Amino acid sequence: MSEKQIRVLVAKPGLDGHDRGAKVIARALRDAGMEVIYSGLRQTPEQIVAAAVQEDVDVVAMSLLSGAHNHLFPKVVKLLAEEGSEDVLVLGGGVIPDADIPYLKENGIAEVFTPGTPTGKVIEYIKNNVRQA
Amino acid sequence: MYDKEKLKEISLSKEEWEKGQVAKTLSRFKERKENFETTSGITVERLYTPLENQDTDYMKDLGMPGEYPYTRGVQPTMYRGRFWTMRQYAGFATAEDSNKRYRYLLDQGQTGLSVAFDLPTQIGYDSDAEIAQGEIGKVGVAIDTLQDMETLFNQIPLDKVSTSMTINAPASVLLAMYIAVAEKQGVTPDKLQGTIQNDILKEYAARGTYIYPPEPSMRLITNIFEFCSKNVPNWNTISISGYHIREAGSTAAQEVAFTLADGIAYVDAAIKAGLDVDGFAGRLSFFFNAHNDLLEEVAKFRVARRLWAKIMRERFGAKNPRSWMLRFHTQTGGSTLTAQQPENNIVRVAIQTLAAVLGGTQSLHTNSKDEALALPSEESVRIALRTQQIVAYESGVCDTIDPLAGSYYVESLTNEIEKKALEYIEKIDALGGAAKAIEQGYIQKEIADSSYAYQKEVEANERIVVGMNKFQVEEKPIEGLLRVDPSVGEAQVKKLKALKESRDNVAVKSKLSVLREAAKTDANLMPYILDAVRVYASEGEICDVMREIFGEYRPVEIL
Amino acid sequence: MELVQKALKGNRRAIARLISITENEEKEAVTALREMFPLTGKAHIVGITGPPGSGKSTMTDKLVKELRKRGKKVAILAVDPASPFSGGAILGDRVRMSDLNLDEGVYIRSLSTRGKLGGLSKATHYAVKILDACGFDYIFIETVGVGQSEVDIIKTADSILVVTVPGLGDDIQAIKAGILEIGDIFIVNKADRDGANRVVIELEMMLGLNAEKDEWDHPILMTVASENKGIIEVVESVIRHKEHLDKTGLLGKRRRERLETEVLELVVQNMARYVNEKFVKGGSFQEEIDKLVRKENDPYTLVQSILADTVK
Ligand code: B12
Ligand SMILES: Nc1nc2c(ncn2[C@@H]2O[C@H](COP(=O)(O)OP(=O)(O)OP(=O)(O)O)[C@@H](O)[C@H]2O)c(=O)[nH]1
Ligand SMILES: [Mg+2]
Repeated sequence: MSEKQIRVLVAKPGLDGHDRGAKVIARALRDAGMEVIYSGLRQTPEQIVAAAVQEDVDVVAMSLLSGAHNHLFPKVVKLLAEEGSEDVLVLGGGVIPDADIPYLKENGIAEVFTPGTPTGKVIEYIKNNVRQA
Repeated sequence: MYDKEKLKEISLSKEEWEKGQVAKTLSRFKERKENFETTSGITVERLYTPLENQDTDYMKDLGMPGEYPYTRGVQPTMYRGRFWTMRQYAGFATAEDSNKRYRYLLDQGQTGLSVAFDLPTQIGYDSDAEIAQGEIGKVGVAIDTLQDMETLFNQIPLDKVSTSMTINAPASVLLAMYIAVAEKQGVTPDKLQGTIQNDILKEYAARGTYIYPPEPSMRLITNIFEFCSKNVPNWNTISISGYHIREAGSTAAQEVAFTLADGIAYVDAAIKAGLDVDGFAGRLSFFFNAHNDLLEEVAKFRVARRLWAKIMRERFGAKNPRSWMLRFHTQTGGSTLTAQQPENNIVRVAIQTLAAVLGGTQSLHTNSKDEALALPSEESVRIALRTQQIVAYESGVCDTIDPLAGSYYVESLTNEIEKKALEYIEKIDALGGAAKAIEQGYIQKEIADSSYAYQKEVEANERIVVGMNKFQVEEKPIEGLLRVDPSVGEAQVKKLKALKESRDNVAVKSKLSVLREAAKTDANLMPYILDAVRVYASEGEICDVMREIFGEYRPVEIL
Repeated sequence: MELVQKALKGNRRAIARLISITENEEKEAVTALREMFPLTGKAHIVGITGPPGSGKSTMTDKLVKELRKRGKKVAILAVDPASPFSGGAILGDRVRMSDLNLDEGVYIRSLSTRGKLGGLSKATHYAVKILDACGFDYIFIETVGVGQSEVDIIKTADSILVVTVPGLGDDIQAIKAGILEIGDIFIVNKADRDGANRVVIELEMMLGLNAEKDEWDHPILMTVASENKGIIEVVESVIRHKEHLDKTGLLGKRRRERLETEVLELVVQNMARYVNEKFVKGGSFQEEIDKLVRKENDPYTLVQSILADTVK
C-alpha cells in the first residue's frame, strides 16, 4: 500500500528558453509513474534548490541547451549539499558537448543525456540509481 | 477546372485500377504501412488525380505570380529575376568576433546579415547583471551599448547591406542602436534595409525571451510600426514567426495557423492604436520553417501566402496589394538534425532548402551539420551556404516559377492544410484572438501535445530518423566544434564598466528619466529610446526603466 | 526524533522529509506524528478549491504574498490528481508560485492523489499536522473541486474558499454542488472577463436558497488574481472568518469534527490493511473461500470471524 513513488524536479536553470526537451522528459517520467514538478523557465540555482528541498524530490533533472551548463549545474549540486541533500540524484541533459561531460561528472552531475536519447533510457537510469528510502 | 466528362472517365478508370491492378498487387505484397500520413496528420492517398482537385478554380485559388492571392509567389518573375537572399544567422562571443564572422560570410557570397544576440541581450540584461553570468556571448553576440554595436558593424556599410536582427522584447532598443550606428557612418534612416523580429506573441508561446506583459509589449511593437513608417520606410518592422512554433514541436498546419493568428493580432493592435492598415501592412514580414516532408512543406508555404492575402483583403479591408503579400524568410529545421552521423544533416538541409525554394521563399538560412552539437563552425557554415548556392545555381528549380503547381498531390495538400489552418484560426478567434489563446495556454498545449506525440513515434520506431533510430553506427568523437571562450564574459563586463565610467553620466540619467516619464504616457517611445542610446545608455538600463513602469511577464507554463 | 526536532526548529529539509515519511507511511511515521500532535492547533487552515484553471494557484500565490507582508508564516499544500494510467503526475501548481521559492517564511509542497482511495486525504491530514506543529500561521490547501476525495480534504479546512470564473458554460453548475454548500467565502476570479457580474448574481441566488445556517455572511468577492486585484479583500475576509469561528466557538466544533473523521478514516484503513495482510496475503483466505464455494460455510459467518479476530 505504501509503495514509494519517485519524485522528480524537472528544472530549467538560467536564461535558456529551450523547453521542448524538458517538457518531453517531464511527460515521459509522468507516464513512467513518477511525480514530476516542473520549475518553469529562468530559475536560479538557489530557486531550484529551494524547490527541490521543499518538495523532497529524489531527482533533480536539469535541461540546458544554451551552453551555460558548466556555470550552472555544479552550483546546484553545491547548494544541495549545503542543504544536506547530497543524496538527491542530479541529472543534466540537452546540448552538452562530450568534452564537458567529465567536468560535470566530477562536479556531482550523476549522468548527462544528450540529443537523441530515448526517454526510456532516462527512466531506466533513474530507476536504477535513485536513492532508496 | 476539368471537363465533367473527362472527370467521370478518370473516376471510372481509377476505380477499375484500384479493384484490378492494385488489389492484385496488394494481395501479394502489403504496403509499408496501413495509413500514410503527413506530419500534420493529413492522410496521404495512394494516388492523386484531377479528381482530388476538381473544385480548384485556377484564377481564384492560384492566379498569377505577383497577383492576388499570391499562391504562386509574390513577385512576377521570382528567381528568374534574382535568387532569394542567402542569410546565415550568426553571432557569438564579442562584437569583434561576430564582426569577423560577418565579413567572412559576406566574402563568401552571402547577401544579407542576420544577427544572433546572446540571451542576456535578448532578455534586456547587461553583461554585468548577476543573472547574465555564464551566458555572456554563449549563443549570440553580447551587445550592451552603442559602443558594441559600432564594433559589430565596423567596416560594414549599412546602406549597402540588409540586416536581420533576431531581437524581440528589446527590439526597440537594438533598432535604435542600429539607426545610431548608421548615423555615425553618415547613413540616414531612410536608406536602411533589414528586419527586426519584434514578434512577442511567439516568445510567450514558443521561444521564451519575453520581458514585459502583453499589453505594453504590444504598445512597443505598434510604436515601432509607426516610427518606421515615417522614418525607416524600408525596414521590415516585424517578422511574424512560425519557425519557433514549429521547432517547439508543432505540426506544419499548426505552424501556419498559429503564425497567421499572431499576424492577425498584430494587425488588430495596430489598427486599434489608430494606424491605417495600408500604412504599415506592407512592412510586415514572416518567418517559416522548412522540415523534411518536402511536398507538405511546399504546400504549407503556398497556403500561407494564399490565406494571408485573403485575411488582409477580406478581414482587414487592406487596399494596397503590398499589404496582401506574405513575404517570408525561411530557416531549415534545426530539430530534424541529429547529433548522430552529423554528415547526414547536410542531406536533410538540402531537401529542406529545396522545400523553401520550391515554396517561394524571399530569404533563407540553412542550418549546419553540427546543429545538434554546438554553434556552427566556420567550415560547417560554409557547407550550409554552399547547399543554397548549389540549389540556386545547379538544380534548375529556379528557372520557372512555382514549378510544383498543378501537381495533383501538391494542390490537394495545399487545400487540406488550408482547411486545417482555418479551423485553428476560427478556434483562436473564438478564444478572443492569439494573445488570449496564449494567455489561456491553448497554443502552448497544442504545441506540446504535438511535440510529445512526435517523440513517442520516434521512440516506437513508427517514425524513422536515419542514423538515430535506424541505421546506427558506432559514433566517433567529433572534432572542430566551435567553443566560446568563457573569458569572453569577463572581458565584456570589463569593457562595459570602463564605458559606464567614461560616458556622460549626467546625460544618461536625464535621457533615462525622460524615457521613464514618457513610458507612463501613451507617447511613442522610439524617439526617447533613440536619444538614450545615443548617449550610450546601456540596453539593460533602458529595459530596466521600462520594467519599472511596465512590470514583468509571468509565463503560463503548460505541460 | 531528531528529524522532528530539526523540523520544529524550521529546517525545511526536515519538514519535507517528514511529510514524505508520513505520505509513504514509513516506519517512523507514527512516532513522528505522535511527537508532533500536542503542538498542533495553532495554524489556521484555508482550503481553496474550484474548477481546473480557475486561478487557484495564482490566487494562493497572491494571498500568501499579502499575508507575508503582514508577517505571517505560510505553508501551501498543492494537490493534483495522478494519471489513472501510470499513477504518475505532473504537479503543476508550484510553477505559478515560483516567486515564493526563496521566501524563508513560506513552504510549498506538491502532493499527488496517487490514485489511492482515501490515501490522499490521509497524506494531507498528516502534512497539515506537521506544518501546524512547525509553527506556520496559515496553511493553504489547494485542490481541484471535482472528485469526492478532494471534497473530503477541503471539508477539513477551517475556512473554505470556493473559486469560480465567468464563462464556464453552465457557470455555477460546474462547481460541485457539495462544495457550494461547504464554502465560506466565494470568489469570482478572472473578473476581467465578461460575465463576472452575472456569476455573482447566480451565486447570490443559490446561496440565498441555502438559507442562513449561522451568522456568517458568506461573502462573494470579485478578483483578478493575475493582476493582484481584490486580493486584500479576500485576505480580510479570511481573517474575519477566522475571528468569526473563534467568537462563535465554531472553530472548536470544526476541529473536533475533523478529528472524528480522521480517526474513523484511520481505523477503517488500518483494519482494511490488517485484514489484507493477515488474511488475504498471508493467511488462509483462499481456503476459506474454497469452503464457501463448497457451501461448507457462508460469507456472513466468515466475515464475523474475521472481524472478531481483527479487533481481538
Ligand atoms: C528547437 C530548438 C530551438 C527552438 C526552441 C523551442 C522550445 N520552446 O524549446 C527555438 C527555435 C525557439 C530555438 C531558439 C534558440 N536557439 Co535553439 N535549438 C533548437 C534545436 C534545433 C533542437 C532542440 C530540441 O528541442 N530538440 C528536441 C528535444 C526533444 O530534444 P532535446 O532538448 O535535445 O532533449 C533530449 C535530450 O537532449 C535529453 N534531454 C534534454 N534535457 C534533458 C534533461 C534531463 C534531466 C535529461 C535526463 C535528459 C534531457 O532528452 C531529450 C529527449 O531525447 C537545437 C539543436 C538540436 N538539434 O539539438 C538548437 C540549439 C539548442 N539552439 C541554439 C541556439 C543558439 C538558440 C538561440 C539562443 C539562438 C539565438 N541566439 O537567438 C535561440 C534562443 C532560445 C532561448 N530562448 O533560449 C543552439 C545552442 C548552442 C549551444 N548550446 O552551444 C543549438 C544547439 C543550435 C545550434 N547548433 O546553434 N531553438
Ligand atoms: N484573465 C485572468 N487570468 C487569470 C486570472 N487568475 C489567473 N489567471 C490565469 O489563469 C490560468 C490558470 O491559473 P492557475 O492559477 O494555474 O489556476 P488553477 O485553478 O490553480 O489551475 P489548476 O491547478 O490547474 O486547476 C493562468 O494562466 C493564470 O495566469 C485572472 O484573474 N484573470
Ligand atoms: Mg493550481
